[in-house]
Amino acid sequence: MAGTKQIQTLSVEASTEHLAEVRDFVAAHAEKIGLSQKDISEIRLAVDEAYTNIIKHAYKNSNSKKVNIEIGSDSNQLWISLMDEGKGFDPSSYSEPDLIKRIKQKKRGGMGVYLIRKLMDQVQYTRKGQTNEIRMVKNL
Amino acid sequence: MKNFNIATRQHQHVSILDISGELDAHTASQLENALKSLIDEDNYAIVVNCTGLEYIASAGLGVFMAYIEDVRNLGGDIKLTNMNDRVYNVFDLLGFPSLYDILEDEQEALERFSN
Repeated sequence: MAGTKQIQTLSVEASTEHLAEVRDFVAAHAEKIGLSQKDISEIRLAVDEAYTNIIKHAYKNSNSKKVNIEIGSDSNQLWISLMDEGKGFDPSSYSEPDLIKRIKQKKRGGMGVYLIRKLMDQVQYTRKGQTNEIRMVKNL
Repeated sequence: MKNFNIATRQHQHVSILDISGELDAHTASQLENALKSLIDEDNYAIVVNCTGLEYIASAGLGVFMAYIEDVRNLGGDIKLTNMNDRVYNVFDLLGFPSLYDILEDEQEALERFSN
């Protein structure tokens, strides 16, 4: 129904074992509201990168910790929030990855945040108390 | 959960890795181990055939970033072939096409290694 909000939530442990489950969770919602295959692919990748960053950087691979994921949509936009209680991320400390430099230094990673910004229309990081939230929005 | 699979073939002096399924932070270590084994056995002419690859996240691309410099310094290369459009788009967003040999077809990669 146009104009109604649809929201679904998932709570998972912060482990790469659950990556496919998390991707499938957001893809199912996106499919249900009739998004294109291209948009669904982009949302799957954006949530993968955000969740992977929480596992690696917020919780430093301590995989008993929880990540709460919420996906919602109305007639104008689809949003996905991931919430954790680990180390916060300061987006102002982030710079665009220089691929040549990273290859020379044999560094990997650091590309997830860049990809998320490319794939989604809005990305917002907030910290309230102990909770970090990344909220990603795609305009419909 | 969907799987990631990897198999190795040899064509003359070229090693070919056939990868399929979903390559993410959970499955990237399988690709890393396979690439490491090839390099440890002095195989530096490597083709990664992505025909069956349905999905890639940046953790998968990170594996290619970690080894390309070493392999090129040893006179070889890692060439990527047969990607579907969705997978190619991820490589493209991160600027890989200007730094990596990404080819339509495995045969083209084999020809480049034989020249």
